Amino acid sequence: MNQEPTASRPGTGGPSFARTVAASLASLQLTVALLGLSLAMIFVATLDQVHLGVWGVQQKYFHSFFVMAKVPGTDFTLPVFPGGYLLGGALLLNLVTAHASRFRLSWRKSGIWLTHAGLILLLIGEGLSGLMQRDGQVRMDVGQTRRYVESFRESELAVADVTNAGYDDIVAIPVDRLTGQNVIQHPKLPFTLKPVAYFPNATLRMRSQVPNAPPSMATMGDGTEMVAEPAPMTYKPDESNWPTGYVELAGPEGTLGTWLVSALLDEPQTFTYQGRTWQIALRARRDYLPFTLTLGKFTHDIYPGTDIPKNFASTIRLRSDDGRDDRSALISMNNPLRYGGFAFYQAGYANNDHTSVLQAVRNPSWQIPYASCALIALGLVLQFGISLFGFFRRRAGPAPRPAAARSAPSSP
Amino acid sequence: MKRHLPLIALALALAWVASTLVPRGNPGPFDLGAFGRLPVLAGGRIKPLDTIARTGLLMLQGRQRAVAPNGKQVTPEEWLLDVFFIPDTADAYQVFRIDNPDLLSIFSLARADGDGGVRFSYRQMQAGLDELDRQAHLAEPVENAERSAFQRAVVELRSHVEFYVRLKFGLQAPGIADLAAELSDSSRIRALHGAFESMDTFSSLRAIPPGRASADPAGWQSVGHSLLGAASPSDVDPHALMYAALGNDWRGSQPAAFDAAVRSYGDELSLRFPAAARRARAEASFNQAEPFITSLFLYVVAFLLAVISWLAWPEQLGRAAFRIMGLAFLVATFGILARMWLEGRPPVTNLYSSALFIGWGSVALCLVLEQLHRNAVASAAGSMIGFGTLVIAHHLSLSGDTLEMMRAVLDSNFWLSTHVVTVTTGYASTFLAGFLAIIYIVRGLLTRSLDQRTADALSRMVYGIVCFATLFSFVGTMLGGIWADQSWGRFWGWDPKENGALLIVIWNAIILHCRWGGLVRQRGMMALAVFGNVVTAWSWFGTNMLGVGLHSYGFTDAAFYGLITFVASQLAIIGLALIPLGSWRSFRGSKA
Repeated sequence: MNQEPTASRPGTGGPSFARTVAASLASLQLTVALLGLSLAMIFVATLDQVHLGVWGVQQKYFHSFFVMAKVPGTDFTLPVFPGGYLLGGALLLNLVTAHASRFRLSWRKSGIWLTHAGLILLLIGEGLSGLMQRDGQVRMDVGQTRRYVESFRESELAVADVTNAGYDDIVAIPVDRLTGQNVIQHPKLPFTLKPVAYFPNATLRMRSQVPNAPPSMATMGDGTEMVAEPAPMTYKPDESNWPTGYVELAGPEGTLGTWLVSALLDEPQTFTYQGRTWQIALRARRDYLPFTLTLGKFTHDIYPGTDIPKNFASTIRLRSDDGRDDRSALISMNNPLRYGGFAFYQAGYANNDHTSVLQAVRNPSWQIPYASCALIALGLVLQFGISLFGFFRRRAGPAPRPAAARSAPSSP
Repeated sequence: MKRHLPLIALALALAWVASTLVPRGNPGPFDLGAFGRLPVLAGGRIKPLDTIARTGLLMLQGRQRAVAPNGKQVTPEEWLLDVFFIPDTADAYQVFRIDNPDLLSIFSLARADGDGGVRFSYRQMQAGLDELDRQAHLAEPVENAERSAFQRAVVELRSHVEFYVRLKFGLQAPGIADLAAELSDSSRIRALHGAFESMDTFSSLRAIPPGRASADPAGWQSVGHSLLGAASPSDVDPHALMYAALGNDWRGSQPAAFDAAVRSYGDELSLRFPAAARRARAEASFNQAEPFITSLFLYVVAFLLAVISWLAWPEQLGRAAFRIMGLAFLVATFGILARMWLEGRPPVTNLYSSALFIGWGSVALCLVLEQLHRNAVASAAGSMIGFGTLVIAHHLSLSGDTLEMMRAVLDSNFWLSTHVVTVTTGYASTFLAGFLAIIYIVRGLLTRSLDQRTADALSRMVYGIVCFATLFSFVGTMLGGIWADQSWGRFWGWDPKENGALLIVIWNAIILHCRWGGLVRQRGMMALAVFGNVVTAWSWFGTNMLGVGLHSYGFTDAAFYGLITFVASQLAIIGLALIPLGSWRSFRGSKA
């Protein structure tokens, strides 16, 4: 048997605690255990997607150190299973220590080295993507110009000074700040904002339709005529959460009133203070781009006589702020536009084919998986090729002795 | 005799295969074959009426055979002609399959009312169709995965009824007794405007070819649409008139006129649209030859020969099994190539073709393995997988046209031919390792036929195939990631199908690491390889049953129980593998 040496090699020095730990960290048993745990975790996570949706499952299982579960009947959560970061990190550690302690560089093992190097790169790349990838969407009607990407899930409270005709001066406050009690103060704002209430998801109805509603917390703006009712968070792919809250604005002379702010309100609410005009809105978080996109044309082809989509395509005019780029680009299925660190994909359409929805992704580490895949594929081909070559050479040689025939090529 | 057995078996099989390729004659005076070869545009592509008839019957009732109300067995074309031209008769065909007992109560029907207890006619259901519609509207807002068995049955039957009704509006509107006569009179043409509008709205077929020769299928029109543009008899499209006259010929049993019309129209199309007409003719012949059914039967024969060869005449029967499996493989190859040519696509485009390809890939590997080891083990495993995947493919074909158009997001021949083919090869090889392991376990435990040499050979085969499977499932999965990155901006999104493929990679890696680490020996590796079947079956079908994610294109409800049964059987075999070697019949006495 051409057995690979296992970690617990006897006779390599006295038993010490550090050595034992290092040996277990590098052991194949640990590899198998970690792979088995990953298998179980991915399987359960796949099943859970029916309830949580893809995004919820990513947060709960893959982008976490532990999978937490609620103790029935309480709000208390306990770790019940290792999460993706922990398993991925442990596999990484296992691989690195195994190579540091066990593997010797040899031609026969070159495929394994390449494969494992690629795997290390893949795990690192996935970790980086999890940390750095930002995605959002750009919705445009035909003829419209956009210079920002809207987040799918994150919201912000935007307070804008719109007095000047040429530009808006915007202060964007992450909604996390609305969940606290602290008064928000900003050098560009002549007033403070005090969170009064915040719901991650809510429904809005006209006050006239809810006869027994309690009096509104809002004293100013549209909210005085509306009733906001908190709703449970949704994780379904075709539903959105509608964050809603109340904020009280106050100047040095005292309160200016309380506004209802909600992602459900289409238009910002306008008010004047100290001779300047202001707008306040709770909206999807915006990342501004150093260039603009203008939707020239949107086409939605179907196969004749059916409603099966054949292709979606947006013709975009791209203009950079520095004036260096001014060109048109076609974004269609399987054919994205990469520009300025972003990639824009044709994601959907709305409004009877008048609105095109592009998905925008910014991931500085997007090329890592390509490199790691190439490494692993090369490594596997090399390793199994060496095994196969050995197998055929043995077959071509003299008939194997019965004892030799029994040992399958157990090691690559 | 014994010495020539492999040759005789091969010759017999060849003769049978050849007989399936001979075009079948028409059962009566009508040239139904020529009618079946006429192309129409349906479901986004130009296909022969033969395909419409066959896939229609398969979808409605799970088989292509139809029995007319008078008890006579008819060809799919005859059924289709009745649907088009004699709807009253067609309504009495028992071609709607209803398995759900609760669904029967909607129509106040009992099992005894149906053909074989499960097939009912449109007329039998007519009184309950409004209720079916209402129930379908109740069920439709519920997400597919959350629907009850009754709700799924309702939605399915509703779609079948819709398909049938649309067919009835395909060439003429029900209620018009003699369309050809109506079209000879301007005032009648005006009076029938409403009927033509219904035909245009409801018809699922576009039977009228474009006026100018063009390869763009968008130029084809429905008969209704074409008639709407006619103000007087001289405006009526000659092809619409031809189909109207064909209706009279069929109703009035005028085979001579029918044949002349069908043939001259066929000739005209061959001249004006040579490519489309050639494809339609080829597709009709392909439908009739049914290469995958032929292949399926050959796999059964090969499997039986291989298994018997372990008990008697190992050399002769083993070689016969190998040759017949090879022939079955050639027939299946021909079928897959024909589909690729018809579709202009790589081999795997949907769940149906993935089943074909998984079987094909496994058998290809087995042909190589059998050449290396010559112990009929690979022949047995290959023909078992070949048979199983073709049975699965047959069941998948019940949902409709298997040469369907690709949705925009999947419309990329480059990625279909790289990612999909590679990952499907990974599935095929993982299954193959699992089935080889099953042979090891069953033969070793239950028979005395597994000698040490065969056991070692099997062990090498399984190990080699697991390596192969690791490579292909990994590369295939990664190519999928790259496609995803190119198409919608993330390399990996933890979509169920992606996870499924990853599970296969991880499981194969587990087997290899267990083997390398000495954590398992032969028997343990076999048990692990059998569990690979469970993982692969989950990835292939289970993930589609969740009904979430970007890949949920192939939801199959009936497959659910099949999957459960399969998983249970595999777990039982793993249980058998856990029995200590001392109790295995093949190893009793010898120390293994």
